[in-house]
Amino acid sequence: MATSDKGKSLLICLGAVLLLALSWALPASGFLNPYIVQVLMYVGINMILTMALNLVNGYMGEFSVGHAGFMAIGAYVSSIITVAVLPRELAPWLFPLVLVMGGLAAAAAGLIVAYPSFRTRGDYLAIVTLAFNMIVKSVLENLEILGGPRGYLGMPRLTNLVWVTAWVLITLLILRNLIYSNFGRGIMAIREDEVAANLTSVDTRRVKIIAFLISAFFTGIAGGLFAHVLQFINPRSFSILKSTDMLVMVYLGGVGSLAGSLLGAAIFTVLLEVLRPLGLWRWVLGPLLLVLLMIFRPRGIMGLREWRWLQPVLAFGGGGQGPTAPGPPPA
Amino acid sequence: MLQLLAQNVLNALQLGSVYALIALGYTMVYGILTMINFAHGDIFMVGCYLSLAAAAFLLGWQANLPLPLVFTAALLFSMVLTALLGVTIERLAYRPLRQAPRVSAVITALGVGLFLENFTLAILGPEPRQFPSLIAMTPWEVAGLTVTPLQILIVLLAGALMVLLDLLVRRTLLGMAMRAISYNRPIVPLMGVPVDRVISITFAIGSAIAAAGGLLYGLAYPVLDPYMGIRIGWWAFIAAVVGGIGNIRGAMLGGYLLGIVEVFTPVFLPSSTYRDFVAFSLLLLLLVFKPTGLLGRPVFERV
Repeated sequence: MATSDKGKSLLICLGAVLLLALSWALPASGFLNPYIVQVLMYVGINMILTMALNLVNGYMGEFSVGHAGFMAIGAYVSSIITVAVLPRELAPWLFPLVLVMGGLAAAAAGLIVAYPSFRTRGDYLAIVTLAFNMIVKSVLENLEILGGPRGYLGMPRLTNLVWVTAWVLITLLILRNLIYSNFGRGIMAIREDEVAANLTSVDTRRVKIIAFLISAFFTGIAGGLFAHVLQFINPRSFSILKSTDMLVMVYLGGVGSLAGSLLGAAIFTVLLEVLRPLGLWRWVLGPLLLVLLMIFRPRGIMGLREWRWLQPVLAFGGGGQGPTAPGPPPA
Repeated sequence: MLQLLAQNVLNALQLGSVYALIALGYTMVYGILTMINFAHGDIFMVGCYLSLAAAAFLLGWQANLPLPLVFTAALLFSMVLTALLGVTIERLAYRPLRQAPRVSAVITALGVGLFLENFTLAILGPEPRQFPSLIAMTPWEVAGLTVTPLQILIVLLAGALMVLLDLLVRRTLLGMAMRAISYNRPIVPLMGVPVDRVISITFAIGSAIAAAGGLLYGLAYPVLDPYMGIRIGWWAFIAAVVGGIGNIRGAMLGGYLLGIVEVFTPVFLPSSTYRDFVAFSLLLLLLVFKPTGLLGRPVFERV
């Protein structure tokens, strides 16, 4: 088993390197036109957002509806750093650091949200995250230094496909390792039965807060990437509608599945681009899709299942029946 | 100074009545299904547009109908149709999810809300519509205060609807069934209570009341756009949570409180754009210190 494990890891590493090389070579050689590159970058950013939200809503079975607030904080903090703090010529080199700062700021905000809201269960987190989303938007609209409702601009276009691909891979790696760690089992135990998890010595409150912070962190990173693609952000881009988009991607792809998050984000983003000619009606189709999905396939495409190469080799006899195999639905 | 205060309280009462009417819908559905019906704000918006359609149609008629008649007709028309809409939504979107995890129903509700908004937007276009004036706006001067007949009508009609609803829930068999379902869902069908029908009726009543709120709101703030339900809906939702979600009197109290918050924000802060910030911060603070809301009972989870 050990050799095949090593072989698999090597293969995955090679795949990642190939992907990074392609994401540099394809746009640079002019093989992909800028529009497609742009769409691919959005796909990648949405993948990060979806994986991060899936950690809370899918793996942990809690319900956050305000992740756009964390995205806003990541976007604004990283933008302020690149525009007002860093000298122009240094910015491209320090970009990863800038993104991490944005992510940390989002995580700090996540702590403020998580601390009071994980005292009880149920719809509490939904209400608190919702309020948080509204407050962030309202504050940004009232901060004249940041352009208020008109938005903030002047960021150089630092995000490119390589950075997006790299961050998708980093997020995937970290979340995957987290989920299959002891800590990750604690997260899933909370989803299945919080009281029982507590009895089997999972420090549920601590696990919930840390998982939420990790989720907020990656959402903030995605926000930073987003701001440096668009080079212009305004509070309206981070309204509750954005949070709903993220929810659609999570539940389209499937709860409790990283593979599902990747698929859900890709399908949703590409679908919205393809349907662009429909104009306003495309915003009718999205919610309708969500409702039909919840009724007829509530677990999404990959709900509680995982691609084999994302699972550890030794997990329950080599994949298939991984630890995320169907259990009782989250309550 | 005292006059200004009284005037603002009056305005808050008018706005708070509308919030309270919508908050009732949130709280009734939550009480009976423990589900946050995030589409309720948009049901209110549809009710608003329906009453606009009825009023515009009747005014466009050559018959020169008296305005009170137009008002009553528009009220009944939008209440009935919106009630139908509420029941249809429950039947098509929520009932299939009755046994599913609660989160699925909440997400479906978000989806239904977005669907209603964008559907209205796609048919009617983004231009705001003007609501015709049905009630005389000539202000009366009472003890130095400006009072319009419309304000009196809004406060009285909303109050009457709330009293009726309160009586319905506390004094009738139907109300008893509602309270029983919210108290213990699994046992109630064994007692011969037609749970599905009671839930349908709850949605019908909640939506009809929201439609009444929609007409009153349209008269008081006569510019309608398809996204109006978002802000009003969220505010009414806060009102329901602040009052203690699931508690009908709490929703009324919360509605008036939110009216006060909205009217008094520009008095104390530089601009009314801070109102969302104030309202949601209030909600967060309340949830930290009194998670069940002002009038809510604590809930214990049975293991």
